[in-house]
Amino acid sequence: MDTPIPIHVSLRGVNRVYESKLGRTHALGPIDIDLRRGEFFAVVGPSGCGKSTLLDVIAALAPPSSGEVTFEGQPIGNTVPNGVGVVFQENASFPWLNVADNITFGLRRQPLDKAEIEKRLQYALQLMGLQDFAQAYPSQLSGGMRQRVCIARTLVMQPRLILLDEPFGALDQQTRLLMGDELLRIWRATGATVLLITHALDEAAMLADRVAVMSARPGRILEVIETGWPRERDSQIVSAPEFGQITARLWTLLRAQSMQALAPGSV
Amino acid sequence: MRIVLYRLLAVVLPLALLEILCRNQIIKPLTLPAPSRIVLGLWAMIENGTFNAAIVKTLTNVALAFGLSVVVGIAAGAALHRARLLRTLLEPLFATYYAIPIYAFYPLFLIVFGLGDAPQVLIGFMLAVVSMIVSTLSGLDSLPPVLAKTPRVFQLGPVETIRRVTLPYAAPYLFTGVKLAIAYAFIGVIGAEFIMSSTGLGYEIRFAYDNLDNNVMYPLILLILLISVTVNMSLDRWDRALQARRGRV
Repeated sequence: MDTPIPIHVSLRGVNRVYESKLGRTHALGPIDIDLRRGEFFAVVGPSGCGKSTLLDVIAALAPPSSGEVTFEGQPIGNTVPNGVGVVFQENASFPWLNVADNITFGLRRQPLDKAEIEKRLQYALQLMGLQDFAQAYPSQLSGGMRQRVCIARTLVMQPRLILLDEPFGALDQQTRLLMGDELLRIWRATGATVLLITHALDEAAMLADRVAVMSARPGRILEVIETGWPRERDSQIVSAPEFGQITARLWTLLRAQSMQALAPGSV
Repeated sequence: MRIVLYRLLAVVLPLALLEILCRNQIIKPLTLPAPSRIVLGLWAMIENGTFNAAIVKTLTNVALAFGLSVVVGIAAGAALHRARLLRTLLEPLFATYYAIPIYAFYPLFLIVFGLGDAPQVLIGFMLAVVSMIVSTLSGLDSLPPVLAKTPRVFQLGPVETIRRVTLPYAAPYLFTGVKLAIAYAFIGVIGAEFIMSSTGLGYEIRFAYDNLDNNVMYPLILLILLISVTVNMSLDRWDRALQARRGRV
């Protein structure tokens, strides 16, 4: 008999509607999903479908207009809950701090002693391959390195839920694949639940345990696909026959939605 | 090193030329004494302490005008950044502000504030504060949305957000404002002393001019030049050092 998989994050009837100069926009919903504790969950969808809004709602950065989000059984309020880390697509490193100070930004305001902070810093530097750059400033780093700094800054907080909003969107294809490998390693090493928002089908198919496909705006979940990958995996699975099938299935679902999103008069 | 040499030459050569012209009476001493004599005059002045009171008075007023404009400018800039409507209302004023000959209001300040230091400080402040407001606004405007979101992810409150993210981010912009503010404070205060005042370096220069006293007037002008150039150059150095730390240079 299967033991029930514990639910980590749960969304029930979540909608997000916002007012702007152009009037009311129904950006998202209704959405009902459950993220299992420790799983790697990816969300793909056509551009403008509200993927990032979904992440903002789960992170409590934007309140849902209706519905409820719970994290570890508790409804979230209007501040980012403890144990949640967020990595954005844009470079969010602080240009006035060096890499080490960037990484310990959140740690330094926690009641931790120096040795513990140093330990976590060294671990994060090691994990993200930044050992030689601890004293460098973000402007001296490449885009991929800066994103590593942001990921490291999130990891040292030891989040139980990591939200990634197209974290590799600004990187080139090779770097993306390698960063994907690193993300898998981090996911296994930390045991955290990961929610990855992406527009790249191959990225979702390669990294995630489950991939949710969203519709054009207002974004709803069309289907959730189980990839069935073993926990120990890396970017080499792109040559597995299942990878092609999963990507093809994702594209079939997305194609119609993307065309709808691009159709004149829809924006 | 070569660039330092060229810079030095750019200052020294014209001075040497001026020195020769003055010594040969091509430029009459009544128009301009030889540069060497101006320097010696200034040296004697500082040694005798003739104008110490005037120097202290001017520097104090400049410091007051500058300090006030920085504090008020940053606070007003931060407030306007939030008050969209008021900002829209005031922005045309900021854009045309430096076209207003502020000295035209000096008689009004005299009537309202009397003959003390207040009118000088006020003019220095009025000239300086707007550059500080504008720099603060452009610093806050340039904060990328993602850096505005990040403090929330780390659960920073509003005060901590300003102290640990907004201010450090805007620092280079604020620094530009500070450099302008100090220059404007000098211009405002000394200019005001020139027109209607009975103390300060500006007043002493005008007094010497009225009495055709070139041996006082030119050394004082040189002194003002030296002070403002030194202050601005040190600020510039500091700014560069800070920028270099961010690896922007």
